[in-house]
Amino acid sequence: MSDLWDVVVAGAGIVGAACALECVSRGLKTAIVERGGIGGGATAAGMGHIVVMDDSPAQMALTLYSQTLWRELSSRLPANVEYEQCGTLWVASDEEEMREVHRKSDVYASAGVRTEILDIHSLAEAEPNLRQPLTGALLVPSDAVLYPPCAAGFLIAEALQLGARLYTPRKMLSAVDGRALLDDGTELRAAHIVIASGVDATQLIPELPIRKRKGHLAITDRYLGFVRHQLVELGYLKSAHSSTADSVAFNVQPRRTGQILIGSSRQYNAEGSEVNHKILAAMIERAQSYLPEIGGLSTIRVWTGFRAATPDKLPLIGSWPEDQSLILATGHEGLGITTSLGTARLLADYVCGAKTEIPIEPYLPGRFARMAAHA
Amino acid sequence: MRETAQTIALTVNDIPVTVAPGATVAAAILIAGEPTRRSATGEPRGPLCGMGICFECRATIDGIAHQRSCQILCTTGMKVRTG
Repeated sequence: MSDLWDVVVAGAGIVGAACALECVSRGLKTAIVERGGIGGGATAAGMGHIVVMDDSPAQMALTLYSQTLWRELSSRLPANVEYEQCGTLWVASDEEEMREVHRKSDVYASAGVRTEILDIHSLAEAEPNLRQPLTGALLVPSDAVLYPPCAAGFLIAEALQLGARLYTPRKMLSAVDGRALLDDGTELRAAHIVIASGVDATQLIPELPIRKRKGHLAITDRYLGFVRHQLVELGYLKSAHSSTADSVAFNVQPRRTGQILIGSSRQYNAEGSEVNHKILAAMIERAQSYLPEIGGLSTIRVWTGFRAATPDKLPLIGSWPEDQSLILATGHEGLGITTSLGTARLLADYVCGAKTEIPIEPYLPGRFARMAAHA
Repeated sequence: MRETAQTIALTVNDIPVTVAPGATVAAAILIAGEPTRRSATGEPRGPLCGMGICFECRATIDGIAHQRSCQILCTTGMKVRTG
């Protein structure tokens, strides 16, 4: 049996869910193929921080664009998505990091993002459980948090209501030349096959420039008010940038229920999903060096997940040069929850031949084909 | 029951309770007629397994949140908060 679709999306994580909804909203005949649960994989493993990041101008453009889309959508999100605009505090522990606070503040201001610089006293007031004294912090009030699996569930439900069809539990075995073969023998024919399956995208396209980057998270019992903002150390970028060594960074998030998510770790060349106790201990110790009392809280669960990392820290959005029927929407590393909505808009504009609201060029997969050609 | 050499007096949500030595905090909470905790959606909960596995009996004991009350024995003057 063979069906003809405009768009078939592989993966119902947050990126695939957003892409499917955006495509079906534009009148495209859309199908979604998901092998496990909706919003599983990296979507379920991540924190759900809707954050503007200034790693590079292209990263800032996509995170800012996407955050605006989340804010616009927020009034329609059901309660179980737990969308909360709690803001991010980038915490500085010395004068060098405080200079980074000022630099960051200028960069955000030039992009139209309002920030506040907190000194030693206002930081202690904003987060009484942080160790005293810390030098200061940058508050980004527009950042938010949400619960990603339920966000993906909402996007899929909306897409289905608009007429999209969900094939699940079905694994896409191959995607070549507009033909997607599913594990029950179904063949879906489509003008565009959107590959939004995170690290598993390499199962369909082995030569993709994507590496698994493992992360650990812990979650505590409910301690309402213990922290009030998403707290991230300014050294976080050093950890996120390091492309070889295992690293941990202080990154904690208050949930609406009072639970606290504790992160983060980054590891390449760690293929198994087991908890690495050395990494976990280092991560908790890092958190404790900023929040001395956190060691007294009960942790109820620890888990791992895999980010889809690209060499230049930017996602892959657009057609794969080797097979124009394949449209990539992967490689978001740790920013997939934030950038899912922006990715979906860019991708749908691209597929429809419409003008994108921000330049798509920095994310086009062809940049790696060019790199390979020049190598 | 008045406190004697054989009883222990404590409070559960400011309600005075006296128990026999060896009684668990979960027992004291049951005597006070209070739920141990509330679920994320606000439903009252009580001890289920009584052996430290189910975590339904968590309560704040002397200021420390999320203690398994079925695994802790009552002591004189203990202050227990639930819900």
